[in-house]
Amino acid sequence: MKPAPFHYIAPSSLDEALTLLGKYNGQAKVLAGGQSLVPLMNFRLLRPGYLLDINGLKELSGIQLADGKLTLGSLTRQSEVEHSAEVERQLPILTEAIRLVAHPAIRNRGTVGGSLVHADPAAELPVVAVALDAELELKSKNGIRSVPIPEFFLGYLATSIGLDEILVKTSMALPPAGTGWSFSEYARRHGDFAIVAVAVLLTLDPEGKIVFVRIALGGVGPAPMRACAAEKLLMGKAPSDALFRETAAAAVTETDPENDIHASASYRRQLSAVYVRRALETAHSRTQRGKTSA
Amino acid sequence: MFAAHWRPPILVLKGEKQVPEKISITLTLNGKPVAADVEPRVSLVDFLRYHVGLTGTHVGCEHGVCGACTVLLDGETVRSCLLFAVQVNGMDVQTIESLATEDGLHPLQQAFQKHHALQCGFCTPGMLLAAKELLERNPSPNEDEIRAGISGNLCMCTGYVNIVRAVQAVAQSGSSQVGKSS
Repeated sequence: MKPAPFHYIAPSSLDEALTLLGKYNGQAKVLAGGQSLVPLMNFRLLRPGYLLDINGLKELSGIQLADGKLTLGSLTRQSEVEHSAEVERQLPILTEAIRLVAHPAIRNRGTVGGSLVHADPAAELPVVAVALDAELELKSKNGIRSVPIPEFFLGYLATSIGLDEILVKTSMALPPAGTGWSFSEYARRHGDFAIVAVAVLLTLDPEGKIVFVRIALGGVGPAPMRACAAEKLLMGKAPSDALFRETAAAAVTETDPENDIHASASYRRQLSAVYVRRALETAHSRTQRGKTSA
Repeated sequence: MFAAHWRPPILVLKGEKQVPEKISITLTLNGKPVAADVEPRVSLVDFLRYHVGLTGTHVGCEHGVCGACTVLLDGETVRSCLLFAVQVNGMDVQTIESLATEDGLHPLQQAFQKHHALQCGFCTPGMLLAAKELLERNPSPNEDEIRAGISGNLCMCTGYVNIVRAVQAVAQSGSSQVGKSS
């Protein structure tokens, strides 16, 4: 339960960190909050030769709300987002989700960027990022690129980030005004990874028709996913119990869950149907009709 | 979470030293300066227990699940098994040993005693620091909020009922700020 030996370096700037990351070419790991990386090292599932501690790089941290977007520096602690009154006002689904991430002491240390890059398919933040069409800014010593979230998550704990890249920040588009939201999950114990997690955003026009909807799920496949076909069923229609049931059933057909020690695939499908339907109902109850101009 | 079967060797660039050198750190520990040379892989909890000799912080699971190793880093609860001692260079660390003062036990410690909120005591240091942070952030939590606040700290003895009662008692008396760290 002790990690293998490693060299520890705390770069004093992002440029220095990127230079070292390039130099060590796959033999270094970036240490942010360490709430997933250090357990993996303690179990010796990971044995990096070098740890680059970026916790001193204050430029990587911060919450910005501007131009209809929320931008989170990758080193922003989860607890900082959780306790931000501005985030709760503008993007309550994120606050609701982050309260389900592990426990207070983990959120004090764990970072937004770390959770996305770790890419656990049952983690909460990746599901929210998928629901909100996040854009990720990745930087290497050779330049900077922007990656839309569907091209970021490749599978179980796998992303398209390069070995020489660091996630700098993540932007999420704020949904239209009056949008209803729900983030809910089933987990065995408070703070556990979800067996199934669901994020829903729902907007109605003045006539009560659905004009914007997002349904994202976690824990039901190798990566967090959007139920695009289910979303299409809702567009332009008036919410009803029957429609939500039909949509939830359609969303289940888009999932690809596996059996594991926590739950069987069929149980995950069953939970998905229930949680998508309930999330649609909750989001619907929180919509404010007709306030569609942001 | 741990499905990675691939176990890479320890990779170090050619020409670089295989054995990592010790790193000099200084920190403020329970209000006093501490300086030490530590190997990078030494966790903060092992540093506290075996290098400094403060054994009030307990080591449980060593992967962030049980909460026994909770300490305050710059005033916030953290898992000291998921931090390396080299990371707290220049920072402020408070352990359970900082809670009681010359005037006696902290109100939370008194309440834990009065309400029988511990049996074996293994989880207690972490539980007290989690409760302290909870009351600083939310001075009058309801039962659900207390349970969420201590959810990261596992107790195998009490069933949590008396722990919740003790925290409720301190919240109701409004004495949680006594002994609050600056």
